[in-house]
Amino acid sequence: MSALAHVPAPGGAAPAPRAPLARGRWVPYVLLVPGLLWLAVFFILPTITLFSTSLQTGTLETGYSLTWEFANYTRAWAEFWPQFARSLFYAGLATLAALIIAYPLAYTIAFKAGRYRNVLLVLVIAPFYTSFLIRTLAWKTILADNGVIVETLDRLGILQVLSFVGLTADDRVLATPLAVITGLTYNFLPFMTLPLYASLERLDSRLVEAAGDLYASPFTAFRKITFPLSLPGVVAGTLLTFIPAAGDYINAQLLGSLPATAMIGNVIEAQFLRVLDYPTAAALAITLMVVVVGLVTVYVRRAGTEELV
Amino acid sequence: MAATTATSSVPTPTEPAARPTRRGPVGWVRENIVAIAGVAALGYLLLPNVVVVVMSFNDPVGRFNYSWNEFSLKAWTDPCAVAGMCKALGLSLRIGLLSTLAAVLLGTLVAFALSRHRFRGRAGVNLLVFFPMATPEVVMGSSLLALFVNLRFPLGFGTILIAHIMFLISFVVVTVKARLASLDPRLEQAAMDLYANERTTFWRITFPLVLPGIAAAALLAFALSFDDFIITNFNAGAEVTFPMFVWGAAQRGVPPQVNVIGALMFILALVVVLGSEVARRRRARR
Amino acid sequence: MADAVGDLRLVRLTKTFGDTAAVDDITLTIPQGSFFALLGPSGCGKTTTLRMVAGLELPTAGAIHIGDEDITAMKPYKRPVNTVFQSYALFPHLDIYENVAFGLRRRGIKDVDEQVTAMLDLVELSGYGSRKPNQLSGGQQQRVAVARALINPPSQQQRDEPPRAHDQKQRPHMQLELKRIQTEVGITFVHVTHDQEEAMTMADTVAVMNEGRIEQLGSPVELYENPMTTFVANFLGQSNLVDARVVDRSGDHVVADANGHRLAIPVHRMHAESAEMHVGVRPEKVALVSAVDEHTVPAGHNRLPAVIEDASFLGVSTEYTLRLPWGSPFGVFAQNLHRDPRLVPAADVVVHWAPEHTFALDASEPLDAGLEADTPAGQG
Repeated sequence: MSALAHVPAPGGAAPAPRAPLARGRWVPYVLLVPGLLWLAVFFILPTITLFSTSLQTGTLETGYSLTWEFANYTRAWAEFWPQFARSLFYAGLATLAALIIAYPLAYTIAFKAGRYRNVLLVLVIAPFYTSFLIRTLAWKTILADNGVIVETLDRLGILQVLSFVGLTADDRVLATPLAVITGLTYNFLPFMTLPLYASLERLDSRLVEAAGDLYASPFTAFRKITFPLSLPGVVAGTLLTFIPAAGDYINAQLLGSLPATAMIGNVIEAQFLRVLDYPTAAALAITLMVVVVGLVTVYVRRAGTEELV
Repeated sequence: MAATTATSSVPTPTEPAARPTRRGPVGWVRENIVAIAGVAALGYLLLPNVVVVVMSFNDPVGRFNYSWNEFSLKAWTDPCAVAGMCKALGLSLRIGLLSTLAAVLLGTLVAFALSRHRFRGRAGVNLLVFFPMATPEVVMGSSLLALFVNLRFPLGFGTILIAHIMFLISFVVVTVKARLASLDPRLEQAAMDLYANERTTFWRITFPLVLPGIAAAALLAFALSFDDFIITNFNAGAEVTFPMFVWGAAQRGVPPQVNVIGALMFILALVVVLGSEVARRRRARR
Repeated sequence: MADAVGDLRLVRLTKTFGDTAAVDDITLTIPQGSFFALLGPSGCGKTTTLRMVAGLELPTAGAIHIGDEDITAMKPYKRPVNTVFQSYALFPHLDIYENVAFGLRRRGIKDVDEQVTAMLDLVELSGYGSRKPNQLSGGQQQRVAVARALINPPSQQQRDEPPRAHDQKQRPHMQLELKRIQTEVGITFVHVTHDQEEAMTMADTVAVMNEGRIEQLGSPVELYENPMTTFVANFLGQSNLVDARVVDRSGDHVVADANGHRLAIPVHRMHAESAEMHVGVRPEKVALVSAVDEHTVPAGHNRLPAVIEDASFLGVSTEYTLRLPWGSPFGVFAQNLHRDPRLVPAADVVVHWAPEHTFALDASEPLDAGLEADTPAGQG
């Protein structure tokens, strides 16, 4: 059989190189426009408006005008920096507590649940679908003065320790920082658990076995193998917890006692809806947003996960 | 630790058993410490739900249903006795359905664009979609309020709906995108290789395979909308959604009917999720 | 929908990604009804070629014809070509019956039951129609993928790289099945693989590809016995190759000098452009005798002195690894007809073979072209 590879092409010269078809160039833009337009009008625009409001002066009666009053910011910070600090502190503690509580839970579901894995996942997700306000109110029952929990803590002497540290006061848990932090932790626990679970579930358990075979104790194996590999889940979970927690005001109001446990969310809400000092409220809101987004960016960069969404 | 050798025919009497047959309770705890912690965490998560259900059977002393008084079925037999609650419930349901519909539509389109197409500004769009999820609700709610006030737009049903659709889009995009990412593009190529044109390929292959993701996004969106308080509170005007009602009740007085609704929601959620799980298992077994 | 029947012709087909040409100016005719194999290492462009024929990639230049019809710019769903994907790409949400019936239904054929049932019988999956792909084993999925492609009327079918992992025992069976189906149904079949054994057993014609170009095209026997490039000599089976230069031409033979030793090569097996070349011979064509028995070597045989480094007894044959005086390796596969106790490591021997088994290749490709990693050059 002859070498057909060298048969000359019929018709002489090869046809000109073909440019890749740019078919449907406009398709992505058509798909994007409705959603992006909605976000542009009802997210970007309000944020810009908010920023502009934060630089205005005036009152409801006299009207507001844009005077580039950066002093709004400095005044707001001077007056409300304790609430800011408190928000970051509570949110940070709550995130840490959520991580400590959620990790064993996620670990159990991922590795030790066997057939019951899906049932456990349902039990983690189901509370999320029921009104969080009602559930938070339930903590008022659980942490009631003279209730079982508080009595036990008192009897064990733990309550005294907590009071000493400043987390509780008198003989109560309700209306103290501890209650607020407990509420925050509880509210966002599913947000911490699920990303952790997703990350752990992908872990190859043979890696842990290999570590054991190479003389690692269970704790060392966890420290050096399991935890580092679950880091993407940890990052996602802490972000999903910290961000809403920092701006929360529900727990502080329902479970805490204003103004002692007021978070910055409470201040913004009050300023917007009751005091009606829009420029100050806007300045605080913008500050909160910048701080949160800034922390998130730094955190994500250091943790090294690029694509979170 | 010496490497274990293959079993020999002569039993060695000094060889230790792999697991001691009598361990005692302390040893058992140490073995399963993680699982115990996990179950305890689950208990912590479910405790309020249990309390909610239990307290729905309470006949409270005074206006606040925080401490147990005596057993009563009154709340269950007459759930709408409380003024305004069922109306608020209805409003939340309507808003939830409408906003879910709109957000799923808009969000799915965006998800397709981001997953399937190359275009300029893709990174920027990703960022824009991510931003609402990273912004505290206080900020989003208050900024929308500021916008509506500035435009002298009347607050009410419309503004609630607008606000909900806005923050739901991001969640829908993320959920659907995740599903699309797991879709093997070669399936669509195979379909076209087998004489299906672009439109047929989409409706017969792509869409059925993305549908679970869209359904998940819809469920998530509805839950987020129904349960939203902060953004809604800022933009509701005179309207009262169910979470707003509960918030007001926390000031005015929490009747046990509130617990009834909470208990019903929990049971419904359990039934829906468990039910879909059972259905999935049955399909897999066939 | 094109109903083209005829030879599949690739004309100066090229596909570039950025600066790299994955497929570089390929011209090829695959006769209708033949079983054709595209053979080559990973990255050689064979899968890209297949995808261009299927319409899943657009060529940068060149044309594709089936019979008289130019299908180069045709959408994949308009081409009479079906592909069996390497990953099978079975539709997970459809059952086996619907997977197999997919192509027929898209072409508007209403009554598919008879054909689908017949095809399922052909691939020995009768009764599996209502199962889903994820309920089948890898080998069964492969058969569904084949059935799904083959069920469609003429004229071209192509198959991309069957995976090696599972069903190693299934493979010879599946190969014979495919060949049988192809002959029975009478369609043109293009098979893409890196497994030379598979290509050689199943195909009528094989094209060896390397870096986007076709090294050689021919029947399996031709390619094996008379390789035309170093790549083909090393990629298909094994070859012994030594550097040599032409010193004389007499009649129908060419004489080359390899480090002082003269080797004769038939003219029709000369594929070198210049005087510098690689002279080669397949290891099973070579015999070896102890050095003291050199007088027993038939006159006219090409011969080289060597030292045995290793002798592996393989039952059917013995595989000798030797070293030539100038350090190059050499291999001999000897049938175990009689055992010579002197042929042990460190023994001095003479290797010899009939000149008509010699081939000469252009030295433009390096000695190790086409070799798997870890194999020493000169002994493919």
